[in-house]
Amino acid sequence: MKLDDFIHNTGQWLKGRGAFSNIVMSSRIRLARNLSQKPFPNKARKKELNDILVAVEEATKEIEFFKKSVFFKINDLDNVDKQFLIERHLMSHEHASNPEGKALIVSEEEVLSVMVNEEDHLRIQVMQSGFNLNETWRIADTIDDALSQRLDFAYSIHWGYLTACPTNTGTAMRGSVMLHLPALVMTKQINKVLAAISKLSFASRGFYGEGTQASGNFYQISNQVSLGHSEADALQNIGGLIRQVIEQEEQARQALLVQNRPMLEDKIFRSHGILKNALIISSQETVELLSMVRLGVDLEIIKDVDRNSINELFIMIQPAHLQKIEGKKLSASERDTKRASLIRQKIGG
Amino acid sequence: MYCDICGNKKATVHLTEIVDDQMSEMHLCEECARQKSAQMDQQQFGLADLLAGLADFGKPSKDEAHETIKCSNCGMTYDEFRKFGRLGCSQCYESFKMYLSSLLKKVHGSNHHLGKSPAKISQAQKDKIESFQDLKMQLQQAVQMEDFERAAEIRDRIRDLEDKEKK
Repeated sequence: MKLDDFIHNTGQWLKGRGAFSNIVMSSRIRLARNLSQKPFPNKARKKELNDILVAVEEATKEIEFFKKSVFFKINDLDNVDKQFLIERHLMSHEHASNPEGKALIVSEEEVLSVMVNEEDHLRIQVMQSGFNLNETWRIADTIDDALSQRLDFAYSIHWGYLTACPTNTGTAMRGSVMLHLPALVMTKQINKVLAAISKLSFASRGFYGEGTQASGNFYQISNQVSLGHSEADALQNIGGLIRQVIEQEEQARQALLVQNRPMLEDKIFRSHGILKNALIISSQETVELLSMVRLGVDLEIIKDVDRNSINELFIMIQPAHLQKIEGKKLSASERDTKRASLIRQKIGG
Repeated sequence: MYCDICGNKKATVHLTEIVDDQMSEMHLCEECARQKSAQMDQQQFGLADLLAGLADFGKPSKDEAHETIKCSNCGMTYDEFRKFGRLGCSQCYESFKMYLSSLLKKVHGSNHHLGKSPAKISQAQKDKIESFQDLKMQLQQAVQMEDFERAAEIRDRIRDLEDKEKK
């Protein structure tokens, strides 16, 4: 499999399946692991980084789950390709910005991705569609076990897995869930919910990666603490919190339907109308309108569009994706035209 | 989770800041957050600064030349860690143990790992981990039940095990 083959598919996590997929886009587990005694990437020399790359690549070759995966050296990728992988949530900006001695491994259907030599030697990420933290953890746990039989991971009895940043020490696990919360935003309750979440030591951030503001009414909620709670406890805590947020969003959706159905339907149909007819459209406008159409699909107000197509569009309308689809570099204004035509093609009816 | 600045009160304000695509997070109590927000108007504040501030916490005293404390494996000094907020290798945890212990406690509210361990470790080590984790769980339960007598007893057993390990 080559990088260009990715463009014809999207990751399993976008399929719109699984529990509460009307509200939950995806569940994700991230584990940080380091090789014992080797300098962390920030301190490692070129040769040491390469030794780590080789050791990790060798280890993955023996593991069944990696059989159909692709191994990219970041140095071999051009800027559009790097951006393309970031847009697909397979690697971070940080990983792309300083490519020396770094690699990315991506499994079939993009369930698993491993960044090699990012902040830690390994950043293992598993994603699944819907609210499915337990299954996502089961996959990550299995892969981690398989890797740890072949690689000597840095670990202390007292402090658990040892990571470059002390904020990850311990389980070195982040569990996160991507939620679509348009009704809480429309009913102006979202800030109250986010404040409550942060009081409980969980973090929330936007759809388009770390450090982004929420756009398209997407919020990613994750655990912050990694020392002193087992993986199972941390996941149970975050799961309980997510269930409450889902309940709040469901109540807000019902309240909108009961109290203000004409206004809600108008907003949804107008959004769909613009997306079906626009010839030029920016990514920001697209994301806001897609969010309304997704809500329309979830509430069965729009019946001729499926959730999977909407989910895919959130990824496909980004700059590098448009350029990969077109097979050439596009200026910002060319992208706005290409974006509009792609949307018409996908949900134009 | 406790406040990153005063360390006494529960953190209720969580700040996320992005500087040059780098994200940093802070967890503060309301009082410290108010003070911080006044300061932040004048200066940039990143994770490295935050950890640097925290890392001072475990410093024994000014006259002790902690900048010369160096990791024997990777050569990173404690000062470098304070500046960048990232450790140099897994051995740094051992080299800066006395400072990191309190730092981890501040960041996570605990400095004892509960959870899985790598598949590739010896059975003897595994047994040790299990007995440690079991004791830590018992300790947590005792504290939750407010059975402090029992908690102290378990704490002493953990200390004994740790001492034995050092020898």
